[in-house]
Amino acid sequence: MNNGVSAAVTLQQQFSGVGVAAGRVIGPVRQMPKPVQEPAAGPVPADFSAEFEAQRIKDAGKAVRAELQARAATVAGEGREVLEATALMAADPMLIKGAIKLLAADTAGGARSAERAVWESGASVAAKLTALGGYMAERATDVLDVRARLVADLRGLPAPGIPVAEAPFILAAEDLAPADTATLDPAKVIALVTSSGGPQSHTAILARALGLPAVVAAVGVDGIADGTEVYVDGAAGTVTVAPAAELRQAAAAWTERSSALAAFAGPNTLADGVHIPLLANVGTGADAAKAAASGAEGVGLLRTEFCFLDRAEEPTVQEQIEAYGAVFAAFPGKKVVVRTLDAGADKPLPFLTNADEPNPALGVRGYRTDLSSPGVLARQLEAIAAAEAAHGAEVWVMAPMISTADEAAAFAGMCAAAGLRTPGVMVEVPSAALTAASVLREVSFASLGTNDLTQYAMAADRQLGPLASLNDPWQPAVLALVTLTADGASLASAAAGLPKPVGVCGEAAADPALAVVLVGLGVATLSMSARALAAVSAVLATVTLAEAQRLAAMALAAPSAAAARAAVRAELPILAELGL
Amino acid sequence: MIERTVTIASSVGLHARPAAVFAEAAAELDVEVTIAMEGEPVDEAMDAASILSLMSLGAACGDRVVLRAEGPGADEALVSLAAILETDLDA
Repeated sequence: MNNGVSAAVTLQQQFSGVGVAAGRVIGPVRQMPKPVQEPAAGPVPADFSAEFEAQRIKDAGKAVRAELQARAATVAGEGREVLEATALMAADPMLIKGAIKLLAADTAGGARSAERAVWESGASVAAKLTALGGYMAERATDVLDVRARLVADLRGLPAPGIPVAEAPFILAAEDLAPADTATLDPAKVIALVTSSGGPQSHTAILARALGLPAVVAAVGVDGIADGTEVYVDGAAGTVTVAPAAELRQAAAAWTERSSALAAFAGPNTLADGVHIPLLANVGTGADAAKAAASGAEGVGLLRTEFCFLDRAEEPTVQEQIEAYGAVFAAFPGKKVVVRTLDAGADKPLPFLTNADEPNPALGVRGYRTDLSSPGVLARQLEAIAAAEAAHGAEVWVMAPMISTADEAAAFAGMCAAAGLRTPGVMVEVPSAALTAASVLREVSFASLGTNDLTQYAMAADRQLGPLASLNDPWQPAVLALVTLTADGASLASAAAGLPKPVGVCGEAAADPALAVVLVGLGVATLSMSARALAAVSAVLATVTLAEAQRLAAMALAAPSAAAARAAVRAELPILAELGL
Repeated sequence: MIERTVTIASSVGLHARPAAVFAEAAAELDVEVTIAMEGEPVDEAMDAASILSLMSLGAACGDRVVLRAEGPGADEALVSLAAILETDLDA
């Protein structure tokens, strides 16, 4: 640091990353605590006092209980009861006495440190609950959460999970996990910034779903001190510490403009009147109701696994009928595309997936779990058919991770057996895009999952920050696979004399500039977070189909993702006007 | 040692909220109370003040459980805890 006379005009410190959700806001940073690491086993120090450590464990139990009780007092309904019960677990005699026993020198394996003792005691309690199955097995997760809090308290570290604060804040983290999404309060968190993760990471998906400005892969942001005021630009991908007056004005202007961009009332048309239905990606009935209220013309992706995350056992057919029915009920007479369980890799389900695979992204996931756990998929299709019969939605069904025409044919056969009329496939494995004409001969439609398609085409893990520039759906290779899929579907359609539409349900559809390119490449429908509908519609309304085709050809011919993006954006002045 | 056999009235069994209410009440007493399913040996009885023990007991609505305590105040303790189990807290 220079200690000259101009200290008052210190430079604004800036972090650069990848902008994944547009928006400009200013607020204080709160850091997401790092996940609690397993305490090391091994001998305790010579001056170890079991009595002293036992007291530390008891004190930690009381402290965590008090903290959870205080949090319970701030919420209502079922959430409060769950937190109150979890609070009691923290000082529970079974857990605490179990840990204290492990401090004794004569215990099998020798005395443990207080942290290690709590860790092992928590594991054995969780195992007991898991063995009971059903509701109790699901509570095992609560025990492990309490255990992590106890260990953090013993170490003098902040409690794991999204920080609790009175005033709205900008959440900074290394990356967010799907489980964090459930506890994120959009009234408190005004932007997300992460040092890792890519444009397809869960942080990015969550940000777009909640309409929060977000920057990922911004190295260093996980080191910004709590309470520091920063400016986040989710379109430019920058995080600026101690923002100057002009940035404050930019943030104020965004607040004004974004309220003007909030409304979408379909149907969505191009400048020449061509109808490109805009659909919503949803996980639950509540999401679907919100999407319908946002003007979505249907559901382009129902992520059925979201009804089942955190479940230790397969949900019953009746439970599934209710979960799907809640979504169908929000879209009477409209299209709802249901994706069958997409478990595996970053979305493990204990009753379907094996946690020990060396390479889960290339493992038994999606449709492939039908090989290892036959029956689950057939029961799911049965539930979808029953829910369709009970509601008036137009239900289409597609399988994730289809790689070959044979798999597509087998899935279509299962759908027919269940009485489902419109079978389809996700195109996310490059082999399916390369053989689209054969694959589409077997089914009625395809939907491009651009997130996984990009990670597989570029051989780049979508969660890895350093690979963010590879993991970009603007990559010409990804656009070429989209073209192959659309062209293959046209061939299959001409041969069969039936429409074989190709949609996009990946995050790429929510990028207004990329949405124009996708339409130009032959994509018939776009499905996205409900929050993105208005922005995408506003941009599509400014181009004709012929113009979209011209921009698509330009993107396809570009030498890099960055060049493709820059060339297309330069032709769409509406983006700058809307601050997108 | 005195004991008292009680039928679980809570419609969801000894889960979540009923278990929380019961464990809290047991923890506030000055005597140690144990709980076991009827017919199970005394040495397998569990700490009634532990919500985790209560949950792992897996007692459903209509199941009969045995409460046990010893020493001064044991009688009153069992009466007050039995009253909780005999009420449907979820009703």
